Amino acid sequence: MQYGASSRRGAPWLMSHKFFVRLCLLPLVVVTAAFFLLPMARLAVTGAEGPQGLAGYLAILVEPRYRATLINTVLLAAATTLVTLIVATIAGMFLQRHRFPGRAVLIAMLTFPLAFPGVVVGFMIILLAGRQGLIGDLSNRLAGQKFVFAYSIYGLFLGYLYFSVPRVILTIMAAVQKLDTGLEDAARSLGASPWAVQRDVVLPALAPAFVASGAIAFATAMGAFGTAFTLATNIDVLPMLIYTEFTLAANFSTSAALSVGLGVITWFILALARSFSGSAVAAAG
Amino acid sequence: MSDVTAHGASVRIEHCGKTFSDGTRALEPATLDIARGETLVLLGPSGCGKTTMLRIIAGLELPDEGGKVLFDGKDVTSMPIERRNVGMVFQSYALFPNMSVAENIGYGLKIRGLPKNERIARVAELIRLTNITGLESRRIDQLSGGQRQRVALARAVAIRPGILLLDEPLTALDAALRDRLRGELNRLLRALGITAIYVTHDQSEAMELGDRIVVMGKGRIAQIGTPREIYFTPRNRFVAEFIGAANIIEACLENGQLVLPGGRQPITSRINLAAAVAMVRPESIRLVEAAGAALSGVVDSVTFNGEKQRVVVSGASDKLLAVDAPNQVQIKPGDRVGLSISPEAVRLLPPED
Ligand SMILES: Nc1ncnc2c1ncn2[C@@H]1O[C@H](COP(=O)(O)OP(=O)(O)OP(=O)(O)O)[C@@H](O)[C@H]1O
Ligand SMILES: [Mg+2]
Repeated sequence: MQYGASSRRGAPWLMSHKFFVRLCLLPLVVVTAAFFLLPMARLAVTGAEGPQGLAGYLAILVEPRYRATLINTVLLAAATTLVTLIVATIAGMFLQRHRFPGRAVLIAMLTFPLAFPGVVVGFMIILLAGRQGLIGDLSNRLAGQKFVFAYSIYGLFLGYLYFSVPRVILTIMAAVQKLDTGLEDAARSLGASPWAVQRDVVLPALAPAFVASGAIAFATAMGAFGTAFTLATNIDVLPMLIYTEFTLAANFSTSAALSVGLGVITWFILALARSFSGSAVAAAG
Repeated sequence: MSDVTAHGASVRIEHCGKTFSDGTRALEPATLDIARGETLVLLGPSGCGKTTMLRIIAGLELPDEGGKVLFDGKDVTSMPIERRNVGMVFQSYALFPNMSVAENIGYGLKIRGLPKNERIARVAELIRLTNITGLESRRIDQLSGGQRQRVALARAVAIRPGILLLDEPLTALDAALRDRLRGELNRLLRALGITAIYVTHDQSEAMELGDRIVVMGKGRIAQIGTPREIYFTPRNRFVAEFIGAANIIEACLENGQLVLPGGRQPITSRINLAAAVAMVRPESIRLVEAAGAALSGVVDSVTFNGEKQRVVVSGASDKLLAVDAPNQVQIKPGDRVGLSISPEAVRLLPPED
């Protein structure tokens, strides 16, 4: 009897609870529809409205200029991700594990560029490696030749690094802080050299952080525009191509198709990397 | 008896102190000898420097200037842990989450480059020895606390270490499991004949496992001795109170008798002291008829705990006096009782401070 009574009393409460959950879903639905589904659908439709119709989507893979740009972009983003992860892991590990005077200042300085837009980053690369840049000056004085690479793919690469390293360092530092140093002590007690400890204990434990921060670095590099725009003289990356098609050639359907392509390819590569790293972690285990 | 039988090394620490970089003095310079095959227990309250001492022996921490660690007479102070051939079991177990049970146990062997078939055989034997058959391919997060503890132990002894270091290996487990594993651990240590250094803050664990116990307090060694020595002849008040239950009596000593509020209690020595400190264990006190007893008081409380009852008596000593009475005795608060204590059971302690 007692149970029956209490469950009858409980029923209206349950209803209101369900209602509450639905209410909470509302913002999600609105945001998804307004900012994602509707514009994406429109973009996808526009992409197919060109003279070639649906085949417009294939242009990104078939048309030599587009394909070359796509390959450039992917290679650049991949290189950025790889080098960022290496630099940020070594730096983040050191910063998290050691206490030295000036450490706080150094961390603050490293994370200072977080707020910079791509344009500012591009500007800084020009100041560093442009025609009037520091490196050019220095090489001119030392070797009698101006060394200028700001406007090449190397300048862009450097800019992307500058852009992504601070972000990844912060993620890695947080992950290193959570590492159980007991695991490293245990591995050492079993005879593992410092290298073996890194290989067998530290890196596997950091793998999730690598996947997460690497994905962000890669996606950011794939879509970065400001830096490319500032530096752009002879580099073609996908976001620049989309911009040119859109504003200069007023080629709406091609730029829409390229945009969708950029999104899908980035997503696909990230999914591939994630499943690969997932199985790599499992295989190492 | 088995393939994993290890040959223990002897250990000597000389003047090993530890001051951390932030100025914390975790360990006063201490000297300690541990015989080959001995199980030595480091016992003391939290923060007294047990783990620090263990980490110095392991090679995870460098002693302060002037400190030395010797294994089998050989100075290993500057040798890193990976070359000392010590097995370690951590309180948190520190099992590798990216490896299976068998891979964890075999890790040290793999690092040593042991051929695969030998490795598999040794791992299998350890799995049998530590009673975890069937768990070989489990991931660590699929194990219970007790199973993790066994894997950690198997992993540590797999490399046939000369010295096994255990830092509170049972503390994270519940009481019943702790008791069972304590017995298993004891048998395993004896069977392996390994030199073991065991850190704990649990005195009954220390008594059961240790050939000798080092009682530590505030970064210092308070006493070293067998469990019996530590229990029956504590060297000072700290040791007496830390090991087992102890009644501390502060009183004046006249002609070999403690002058107490509830009467007089003879002791074995004949000295006179204005302020003596003495210790009596609750189980050394017998309840007798109040009439005619040399020492008497009033029952304050009675706690029945099955095998015995703890009777707290007031008015006999300067403080409340704990007495262990047989579980059948009928007694209640307010009763007047006599106390009989043999003079040998009263241990004089050095007055401190
Ligand atoms: N890395 C460190 N830096 C500074 N102080 C430390 C460090 N490690 C330990 N200490 C301090 O040294 C003292 C002894 O620590 P230790 O870990 O040896 O204690 P313990 O006896 O093992 O205690 P517990 O039973 O709680 O594990 C403590 O006061 C502790 O705060
Ligand atoms: Mg400790």
